[in-house]
Amino acid sequence: MIDFQLSEEQKMMRDTVGSFAREEIRPAARPADESCAIAAGLVSKAWQLGLVRGAIPEKFGGDGGERSAITGSIVAEELGYGDLSIALHVLAPRLLAYPLIEMGTDEQRERHLRRLAAGDFVAATAAVMEPSWNFDLAALETTALRDGSSFVLSGTKSYVPLAADSATILVYALSGANAGHAGVDAFLVPRDAPGLAVGEREQNMGLKPLATYQLVLKDCRVGAEAKLGGDKGINFTRLMSESRVALSALAVGMMRAAFEYARDYAKERKAFGVPIATKQAIAFMLADMAIEIDASRLLVWDAAARLDKGEDGLKESYLAKNYVAAGALKITDNAVQVLGGHGYIREHPLEMWLRNARGIAALDGLATI
Amino acid sequence: MIDFELEPQLVNRLKMYHGVAEQMMRPISRDCDEHEHQKPWQFFETMWSTSSQAGAQPGRAERSGAGAERPAGGARLRNLNSVMMTEELCWGDAGLFLSIPNGGLGGAAVMAAGTPEQKARFLKRFSEGKPKWGAMAITEPGCGSDSAAVATSAARDGDSWVLNGTKIFCTAGQMAVEKSEGFVVVWATVDKSAGRAGIKPFVVEHHTPGMTVARVENKLGIRASDTALIILDNCRIPIDHLLGSPEVRREGGFKDVMATFDATRPIVAAMAIGVGRAALDFVRDFLQEHQIPIRYGISPRKLTAVERDFMDMEVQLKAARLLTWRAAWMLDMGKSNNLEASMAKAKAGLAVTQITQKAVELLGPLGYSRKLLLEKWMRDAKINDIFEGTQQINMLIVARRILDYGSKELN
Repeated sequence: MIDFQLSEEQKMMRDTVGSFAREEIRPAARPADESCAIAAGLVSKAWQLGLVRGAIPEKFGGDGGERSAITGSIVAEELGYGDLSIALHVLAPRLLAYPLIEMGTDEQRERHLRRLAAGDFVAATAAVMEPSWNFDLAALETTALRDGSSFVLSGTKSYVPLAADSATILVYALSGANAGHAGVDAFLVPRDAPGLAVGEREQNMGLKPLATYQLVLKDCRVGAEAKLGGDKGINFTRLMSESRVALSALAVGMMRAAFEYARDYAKERKAFGVPIATKQAIAFMLADMAIEIDASRLLVWDAAARLDKGEDGLKESYLAKNYVAAGALKITDNAVQVLGGHGYIREHPLEMWLRNARGIAALDGLATI
Repeated sequence: MIDFELEPQLVNRLKMYHGVAEQMMRPISRDCDEHEHQKPWQFFETMWSTSSQAGAQPGRAERSGAGAERPAGGARLRNLNSVMMTEELCWGDAGLFLSIPNGGLGGAAVMAAGTPEQKARFLKRFSEGKPKWGAMAITEPGCGSDSAAVATSAARDGDSWVLNGTKIFCTAGQMAVEKSEGFVVVWATVDKSAGRAGIKPFVVEHHTPGMTVARVENKLGIRASDTALIILDNCRIPIDHLLGSPEVRREGGFKDVMATFDATRPIVAAMAIGVGRAALDFVRDFLQEHQIPIRYGISPRKLTAVERDFMDMEVQLKAARLLTWRAAWMLDMGKSNNLEASMAKAKAGLAVTQITQKAVELLGPLGYSRKLLLEKWMRDAKINDIFEGTQQINMLIVARRILDYGSKELN
């Protein structure tokens, strides 16, 4: 039955993560952007929210909480409201944990999950993207060729968060004859595996505090036990829908942050003796932002609801992400515009949000829900 | 708990409405567009009799009083169900939807502003006898979005109110006044010096002396629905035809107009969505027939222009629908939805105007031809960006709400 109401538990999580985002993450966002680094203390504190271990089953040391894409979207929005880079950093270990929980074999889960349920932050990650202008999730170029009882991985990956600090990297590659999503498998590759080289840290327009790396795989050989899910493999379509929903939900939070900042500024800032918010040219920009933020959130929830019902949600998450990516750029850009020259100055967070927003369209596979 | 899944029972009802749209509206859609002022009486009779028999009331319950009351049992999500049914019927034909005999906006105004006794007295007619229409007259030659500037006057004279003024753009006005035993809810001021507080709704019965339909407009679209110019010349009505309280309070009269709009704006948004979906479905089928794929999931940089356009139409429509469902749902939950109703209306009106224009564009010369319905849907869609508050008025309402401004600060 149609319902737009959050459950009591969801409200509680929203409020908890929301105040953490406001009080702890937001003040750290600008220093992190300037220094391209996130304070370890903040990462540890965020870890205590149980963002990763929450969904790890109890038998592997986690909290065994129920995993829901809708609840995840609500939480992600709050984190994104704090700061997108910091959110992506603290959520990165999910990139290894969640596919394991959902599609890993018992042995794989036993081997890797316990470490991710630790008391302090443990870096972990996945390698999805590739450095090509027309990078396409439906046409990965990295390959994993079967050779006897092992797989040989070859190709170049990019935008791999925290790769330099992660003991294990989940590498996605084309393994079979099937084209598109169906031919993709994921491999649990130790960072020190021969043939795997972590490159220099990438320099990007935005999301600067998030450390991402290029990976070069050159005849990198892993055992059959490294293939996630064993013979059953993975449902790559679903994993990428989860990623799209996660990134979109985070972006909605950032959109809301930009909107609120511009709104409050427009009510304060006077021109011609009155607050600029009393001018329709400004007021209508803000109204449009408010409508688009709500529309975006509902599209994200709708896609998340598909995932929660066990569907792949390909179409819904794809459409939602493209919509949100365009909206995030437009809203942060308009928010800069509302502040005029001040929006362009690094004293305010708006130029940073605009740079971060551009990443949503460019990136895939950097978060999961 | 957040959920977007429709109950099987509702799905079945919507299928029934879809059947009505497909089998009863679509076949006469073009004809009603080409012959603007000829009325499809057979369609009216069928809709009227099916609705009174089935109790399902296509287009009736939803437009006679959306949202003003919380009905007991069964219909807990009445407004939500109404917007969904409206979408189905407007998928058939938005003009015909507006012309279905029922309480219409007049009924909605009675529901929003009337006393329980008045509701019973005035609305009873819509469940018995011959087909009837209700209409609402608010717009005037000198005031549109600025409803507070209503110049039509109501003067007390003994046991009567005497109305004088000119009303334009009255949907189904001719059907309500001349072609059935319906009524028009006329908004008039009892005290010009009191501003908006002096504006009150009056029920004027069909064929009341002093009320005439002076003209029926020729329009860009929704031609199956009549849009009347009504002149009130010393039109005398009984005292108890003023809806609600005659008292002039500061927050009085206009709140009733607003309450009506909060309930009807999601309906208009749903009308737009129905038309938009008709265009989208048509384009989808067309592309499929011509083996032009829509490849969800591939790199956005590899999409063709047609794919991009189609996906954009699809997601815009969905965004508008979700906003509309939320606005209606809030009303059902007894929550104030003034902001959300305007958000839905602003989004849906504009999105569907653009979606239908894009649909015409995608079909090239075929889209422009009157052989297909696409060009008609483009014309029909536009009204949703205008009536029940233009795009701009709804943006103004949204802006005021998010900025916590009144009409004094932001105008």
